[in-house]
Amino acid sequence: MNTLHRIFALAIKELLAILREKKSRFILIGPPIAQLIVFGYAATFDLNNIPVAVYNEDRGAPSRELVAHITGSPHFQLVTTIEHDGQVAPLIDNREVLLVLRLGPRFSEELKRGQSATAQLIIDGRNSNTALLALGYLRSIVTDFNIEWSRQHGLRGPPALLEIRPWYNENLLSRWFVVPGIVGLLTLVVTTIVTALSVAREREAGTFDQLLVTPMRPVEILIGKSFPGLLIGLIQGTFILLMAVYWFEVPLRGSLGALYLGMFLFLLSAVGIGLMISSLAVTQQQGILGAFLFLVPSVILSGFATPISNMPEFVQYLTCVIPLRYFLVILRGVFLEGDSFSLLVDQYWPMAIIALVSLAVAGWLFRHRMN
Amino acid sequence: MKPAARRVLGMIRKESLQILRDPSSIAIAFVMPVVLLLLFGYGVSLDARHVPLAVVVEQPDANTASLVAAFRHSDYFEPRAFNTIQLAQQAFDRREVSGIVWLRSDFSRRLLSSGDAPIGVIVNGVDANQARITEGYIQGVWQVWLTGFAAAQGVELQVPVALEPRIWFNPAVRSRDFLVPGLIAVIMTLIGAMLTAMVVAREWERGTMEALMVTPIRIGEMVIGKLVPYFLLGMGGMLLSVAMALWQFDVPLRGSFWALTAASALFMLVALGMGLLISVVAKNQFVAGQIAIIITFLPAFILSGFIFQISSMPEPIQLITHIIPARYYVAILQTLFLAGNIWPIILGNSAALFVMMLVFLGLARRKFQKRLDA
Amino acid sequence: MAPPGALVFESVSKTFVAGGLSVKALDGVDLETQPGKVTGLIGPDGAGKTTLMRLAAGLLVPDSGQIHALGIDVVAQPLQVQSSLGYMPQRFGLYEDLSVQENLDLYADLQGVATNERAARYAELMHMTGLAPFTRRLAGRLSGGMKQKLGLACTLVRPPALLLLDEPTVGVDPVSRRELWEIVYRQVRDEGMSVLLSTAYLDEAERCDEVILMHRGKRLGQGAPASFSEPMRGRSFRVSAAAMGKRTLQGRLSAVPGIVDAVIEGEQVRVVTAREGMPELPGELADDGQLEVTAAEPSFEDAFIATLKGDQETAAPAVTGIARQQSPAGGGDDAVIRVRDLERRFGDFYAVKGVSFSVQRGEIFGLLGANGAGKSTTFRMLCGLLPVSGGEVQVAGLDLRRAASRARGRLGYMAQRFSLYADLTVLQNLRFFASAYGLDRNRTRQRIDWALAGFELTDYANSASGDLPMGYKQRLAMAAALMHEPDILFLDEPTSGVDPLARREFWLRIDALAESGVTVLVTTHFMDEADYCDRLVIMAEGEVLAEGTPAEMKARFRSAQMPDPSMEDAFIGLIEAHESQRQAKSA
Repeated sequence: MNTLHRIFALAIKELLAILREKKSRFILIGPPIAQLIVFGYAATFDLNNIPVAVYNEDRGAPSRELVAHITGSPHFQLVTTIEHDGQVAPLIDNREVLLVLRLGPRFSEELKRGQSATAQLIIDGRNSNTALLALGYLRSIVTDFNIEWSRQHGLRGPPALLEIRPWYNENLLSRWFVVPGIVGLLTLVVTTIVTALSVAREREAGTFDQLLVTPMRPVEILIGKSFPGLLIGLIQGTFILLMAVYWFEVPLRGSLGALYLGMFLFLLSAVGIGLMISSLAVTQQQGILGAFLFLVPSVILSGFATPISNMPEFVQYLTCVIPLRYFLVILRGVFLEGDSFSLLVDQYWPMAIIALVSLAVAGWLFRHRMN
Repeated sequence: MKPAARRVLGMIRKESLQILRDPSSIAIAFVMPVVLLLLFGYGVSLDARHVPLAVVVEQPDANTASLVAAFRHSDYFEPRAFNTIQLAQQAFDRREVSGIVWLRSDFSRRLLSSGDAPIGVIVNGVDANQARITEGYIQGVWQVWLTGFAAAQGVELQVPVALEPRIWFNPAVRSRDFLVPGLIAVIMTLIGAMLTAMVVAREWERGTMEALMVTPIRIGEMVIGKLVPYFLLGMGGMLLSVAMALWQFDVPLRGSFWALTAASALFMLVALGMGLLISVVAKNQFVAGQIAIIITFLPAFILSGFIFQISSMPEPIQLITHIIPARYYVAILQTLFLAGNIWPIILGNSAALFVMMLVFLGLARRKFQKRLDA
Repeated sequence: MAPPGALVFESVSKTFVAGGLSVKALDGVDLETQPGKVTGLIGPDGAGKTTLMRLAAGLLVPDSGQIHALGIDVVAQPLQVQSSLGYMPQRFGLYEDLSVQENLDLYADLQGVATNERAARYAELMHMTGLAPFTRRLAGRLSGGMKQKLGLACTLVRPPALLLLDEPTVGVDPVSRRELWEIVYRQVRDEGMSVLLSTAYLDEAERCDEVILMHRGKRLGQGAPASFSEPMRGRSFRVSAAAMGKRTLQGRLSAVPGIVDAVIEGEQVRVVTAREGMPELPGELADDGQLEVTAAEPSFEDAFIATLKGDQETAAPAVTGIARQQSPAGGGDDAVIRVRDLERRFGDFYAVKGVSFSVQRGEIFGLLGANGAGKSTTFRMLCGLLPVSGGEVQVAGLDLRRAASRARGRLGYMAQRFSLYADLTVLQNLRFFASAYGLDRNRTRQRIDWALAGFELTDYANSASGDLPMGYKQRLAMAAALMHEPDILFLDEPTSGVDPLARREFWLRIDALAESGVTVLVTTHFMDEADYCDRLVIMAEGEVLAEGTPAEMKARFRSAQMPDPSMEDAFIGLIEAHESQRQAKSA
């Protein structure tokens, strides 16, 4: 009873300390909302309006038809047409266009004669991912054109055709992939900032000593200090979740229970790591630096933007201690794949272990790290 | 020596000594870039390799075997054979494979007769970008196999329009070649801002500012005195990063090293100016640190064009990216490393950086007053 | 034309806005200091001393009024003023990660001292401050007194025409304080410097040529120190009682109408009256105590207190509701705190070495020493906040580091700096500590009522505690430490940075607590506060130099030249004896 009473009092005090100050209230509310909106739209691999230049030396109808197919697609936008060779390099070099389509003077003639006509494509490879995606879009337009042409001209098509069906994200929208990830990303940043300074700040202000001479046990301090991070994380996570579903219209197909269990374990592990950093730090500056050194790799190596499976093996092992990694799988699994508890068990237990270990270390450090 | 020069030199010497005595600034400038660049240079990659792929062959024969072999020979895939589509789907749900290739029992018959044999392909679309890239790889394998199959049958494969792509600057389409220069920009934004975000706030907190202020030093002199040592430190970290890009990650440097150094120096001033401004405004290390985290890392990561294409973002977001200094530096770096000395890009973006530098340093200078109540 | 004053303020006002409250720090202040003299700026906490200094240095702009320093308009030409005056802020900005020499170099560069003049000036300053052997040491590794002397040296690296010193002697041991004063006077003598110096030590006022008395943003008076104390003649007395403890006597005298101040001074109580002559004492006090009243030489402090408390009829603040539970314990060996051969190392540096003492129930026990003497380290080990490297510590029969949380429930702790939650209101802080000590709802309500009333915090109940005036912060900290009615109270430098008025009030409360049986362990560097303790130890360099009652300590240094040594004299004597003993040992 006493224990509960004390924990409750500490939790209330922590919340008040965070929420009473205008600056820290703002840091909890302003940037996350702004970042959700901006990143929700900005973080996309989908290409729209790729600037294209066409260098058509052929005047025939078929070449014009192919060009019309390309410029008619929402992915491409014709910026300029080219008249001579010398224009190609500057356009690409100066990033005015991402790709140049060049049709030779005999293009239509060859096509009509039933020969293979070559369409040359020059792509700016500075961003190789964009280059590959743009090439992919263009390739499927050309494939469609070929099938249509063959049918119209009684040519024999390829003997086997690919029927590609993406599952879970039928239109391959990057946003469906990125926005659920932002739930994890932003709650991680906020919980870490809230907890990583909570002990360091009290140490610097001298109030931690005041706390340690009360009858509160380290476990009680630990629970009391975890509470605000958990609560703020849960509220913010829920808010972003609602935004994802109703604003960004990402389908939520799986069990909310499975999602919230994941969120709870994730926040617990983030709070644990935050408190651990905080109890290791002697000054707030060290706390900030620690939070930073945890956040940056967490975001970059979590699979938020680039898949973990592409990483070299030793880096893949490193990612095992990043809680965000597991939570991202849960988020995307529940949102898009409709996962339930049983398919996500392998994501739950590593987070539970990280939470337990980090909280235990933090609690131990409360009393053992002094001066 | 003039008194002003003496004062600036005095400040520079003091800041330098403090840097030397405080291992954390040196760690931020030299250890952080190395660790982050190593971690991310290896860790961040968009090139899928060895994608686990379920291959379901309902009725094996020579034709299906040649198609499966085509997948097996590709570097991109690691095919696993399944007998039924149900088993393959279970593996797919358990995330053991990221795609399924499904050859139904009538595949060979239709291949040889009507010639429109379907190859069922299911990819996991959750990560849309990876799904598209995987699709591209599958198409590549398919085309290679088609050509081989036609040749074996002694018929000519009729392709009305054949695409002949030439990818400039990065023919091997290694994502690392564009990610590493981008990472340098992100890391340097962090480091530049972190280095200075705390330095003015620290003087306020330790009470040293009040004593400095009553000396005859002018604000401009104080700003210069603080910038110079951190600038040199930051440039050291920058050169280290460039060296790592060249020799550790084998990214080619096609442009001029001096242009790179000059642009980097400009960018370093912008980042330091941003940190200084944060520091002057915040006046305490706690708030300065929080602001530095929030306004540098994620915006530089997401809005700089380092990984997400700016031209594909909605208009209003594109406008926002103009105030992210890393955006200009990423453009310069990717061009200088991969394309060469393309002056319109380098000069245009440098001009933008120059303006930002003036704005940040000018604001820091204005907000920084020799007054306690301002 | 008459020579202009070194510093002239003409109806200067300055208001600050903090947390929605606007505070008038200076309210139409006029003053003029004389060139070539040391002017003292005296006033309680919050009187506006620091604001005045900063205005004079051009770091703040007044809302209205004119300020001229050395004949230059400070508001219009701050840079020009800054190149001719020297200012040492309260916390002087030494770079602790730079060496003594590097700090000097920096300020020489900033002040534009020519290279060829430096060597001579450095040598002079280092000789004067006694820092010559330490020029290569990092400033952070210097003792408190040495840091302060280095700060002064940096300010003096280019001899300024006007020197502003904001509380230069706070937290400095008595020996260093004497040295600082010598340096200041030497500058006045040799360079003809004008000095404005603020201080919280009232005994220092008497060392100034002239004193300006400030209170609540107003100038109350200006003149030679004697011009303040002279009118007090006939209002200062010493009272001693053969049959009554000095603390009891002080408490009861404080309540007598017509007595504005009653403080313990040695074994007697010093009394300042509202009007000339001793007022009629209540019959039972005179009978019980067998009082002996003698007239005393008036001091500046008497005048200071009398001026500030002019409108108050008795000396006692409303110290209500503190009396409590047990009766004071009897004699015998009833040690509540026992320390034997206590040791604390940081690396190979001994912060505390071979410290032993014990504290009886109901005692006020003092740990006295300069900054860095090892008081706070000892103290933190006693509270279980710092692991012990060697030796034994028992508090209430238990080792606090290992003892259950129940044991911690029996002690109260008040840290050196204000260490409650600054963002929370007074009420929220009290409520939190009540819960942290496990008080139930009824008890919590009772104790909060008690705290608000007893410490006069009711008006501030809903203000953020960080915005409170210093004296109120200290009251709140004490109230929070007493919420659970502890048996033992730990107070670490409770009066540092607190003005003389608040210090008096604080000690009255402590007395009342001790009378009711609470054991109090207190550290302090104010030597005169030692007289409030029943027993004390004096520490230096991590070791105990002496243990005993204040009277015993002073008796050791009684001599023909010093018939009535003060605690400060005793302290300096002990330190000197310790030094010579050590030199003899190393020789």
